Amino acid sequence: MVKEFGLDWTFVIGHLNYWLFIILMMTGLYIVVAKGNLVKKIVGLNIFQTAVFMLYISVGKVKGGTAPIFPVDMNIDPDVLYSNPLPHVLILTAIVVGVATTSLGLALAVRIREEYGTIEEDSIQKIDRDTCLQDANLHSEVASEPR
Amino acid sequence: MATETVVHTALTLTDQLPALQIVVPFVAAPLIVLLGGRRWAWPIAFAASLASLVIAALLLASVLDGSIISYHMGGWAPPVGIEYRVDAANAFVLLLVSAISTVVLPYARTSIAREVSERHHALFYTAYLLCFSGLMGVAITGDAFNVFVFLEISSLSTYVLIAQGAERDRRALTASYDYLIMGTIGATFFVIGIGFLYMATGTLNLADLADRIADKGDSRTIRAAFAFIVVGIGLKVAMYPVHRWLPNAYTYAPSAITAFLAATATKVAVYVLLRFVFSVFQPAFIFEVHTLEFIILPFALVAMFACSFVAVFQSDFKMMLAFSSVAQIGYILLGISFLNETGVTAAVIHLFNHGITKAALFMAVGAYVYSAGGSFYDTMQGLGRRMPLTSAAVVIAGLSLIGVPGTAGFISKWVLVQGALEKGWWPVAILIVGSSLLAVIYIWRVIEVLYLQPTPEDSRVREVPMSMLVPIWIMTLACIWFGLNTDMTMSAAQAAARGLLAGSAGMMGQ
Repeated sequence: MVKEFGLDWTFVIGHLNYWLFIILMMTGLYIVVAKGNLVKKIVGLNIFQTAVFMLYISVGKVKGGTAPIFPVDMNIDPDVLYSNPLPHVLILTAIVVGVATTSLGLALAVRIREEYGTIEEDSIQKIDRDTCLQDANLHSEVASEPR
Repeated sequence: MATETVVHTALTLTDQLPALQIVVPFVAAPLIVLLGGRRWAWPIAFAASLASLVIAALLLASVLDGSIISYHMGGWAPPVGIEYRVDAANAFVLLLVSAISTVVLPYARTSIAREVSERHHALFYTAYLLCFSGLMGVAITGDAFNVFVFLEISSLSTYVLIAQGAERDRRALTASYDYLIMGTIGATFFVIGIGFLYMATGTLNLADLADRIADKGDSRTIRAAFAFIVVGIGLKVAMYPVHRWLPNAYTYAPSAITAFLAATATKVAVYVLLRFVFSVFQPAFIFEVHTLEFIILPFALVAMFACSFVAVFQSDFKMMLAFSSVAQIGYILLGISFLNETGVTAAVIHLFNHGITKAALFMAVGAYVYSAGGSFYDTMQGLGRRMPLTSAAVVIAGLSLIGVPGTAGFISKWVLVQGALEKGWWPVAILIVGSSLLAVIYIWRVIEVLYLQPTPEDSRVREVPMSMLVPIWIMTLACIWFGLNTDMTMSAAQAAARGLLAGSAGMMGQ
């Protein structure tokens, strides 16, 4: 839809929620990768997942469509256009999954804090590395003694 | 979720088998919590797993001739309702998962009693059953979004199970956390892929998706969907560059859980990959052919060498096997990337053979942890004489991992080499044999430690109880049995490969 050298602005503006999806998704993914704090990583994961919810909800929108609820008396007017309810239902499930993941992730962060005394990835990795070195020193006799 | 009580055209119990396959373990899981007692936790888990095994065997028997069972959840017809769909490929996976679970559970009872404190047992078996039913659900469902939901059910319970290893080593917590982050990113990528597929086709039923993609042909949306799904599932499979969660997760999880996960979780993910790559997207779809040939094939080869190489230098038996698992997944992906019937047969058969081999080996690791208190090579010195039965099982299963003739591992590597030669890719065939030599080295190190090193004088290590030995030996004998008698595995794998390679036609039933 990009014509001549200029941007097709109706295309750009018309797909605003998709742009937001991309920005949010990348922001979330960036936080997960770049932040060292375990709780911040979970927040990033949440933003990442929420972006996907937005994508699905956008897909469900039908131009001029109304909320997909039948009238109480069930006299369905065939002329009324309804939005697609399926993505909404899917996303309800995905939200539940997201909540479960978040709570489990935070629970793990709490347990890690109890065991390691920190939730910063750098310090945890340092502690783990030291443990690995100790293991290697303790258990390396076999490896170092060629027979 | 609708259960089998809804009025439905299928009236006999046999017709309800696909639903019961999931419903039995799924209902048993909360039952353990509701009954509350740890006395009942294990018997309920075992009964549910055994029932699933019987159902899976019945299902496989009825689809081996190439027919397809389509079960309509709640009586809603497929493109709208959720469909459970059983063909040779997933009946095979269902049988593998339920068989492994049924064998591992008796072992878990003894092993877990020592590795996890007693107050967690009821919840432990609940999480185990949830993980089990999630994996079975991924395999049996014929609906793309349902795959995601079951995948997350199994993944979330897997994170919990891995974290249970924290009582022995706190690194289980960080391993579980890392897996949670990676696994969720993978699952979310998968959902994005499904979202794109839904945009392009307007359906979520796998068979319907396959049809509509075949009609519509290639488009940018479908390509994006393919890319997201391959990366997302690739994370779950532990495909080479995104495998980093696997070694730690396997090493620090409780032994029984490692045995169960190594044999089932990655295998189910491979099945999803197969299902999407071959049934949903067409094998003729050129973008896919390029992805397989230029991305998956090289990474599979790198995995086979790099991870085998890393495995050679480990000083912990369990960590060594975890790296070897990533290498073995390389073989499976290699088979898939050949895109011919022999290659896919090799992938399916290796999925099964590697599953039983690794289950035997990881259970043996658990036996050393149980008796000697650790799986580092120096704690295992000379234990071949103290624990003769466990160590003999390690030798046999190790030979199967290498691929020595007469064991299950040989069959799958043989078919894989044949697949490479059929394609005329003889350098790949040489590389398959070459990486097996690395397996010889890392297995030899273990055998040397077990048999050629002196047993410490003050060692009080004794053989593990029968409840652990019997499951180890069932899996070990299975390694030999499926190495000598290949009728059952070969015919099932070939039927599965034919069904998969037929693309959307295979989804409809020939």
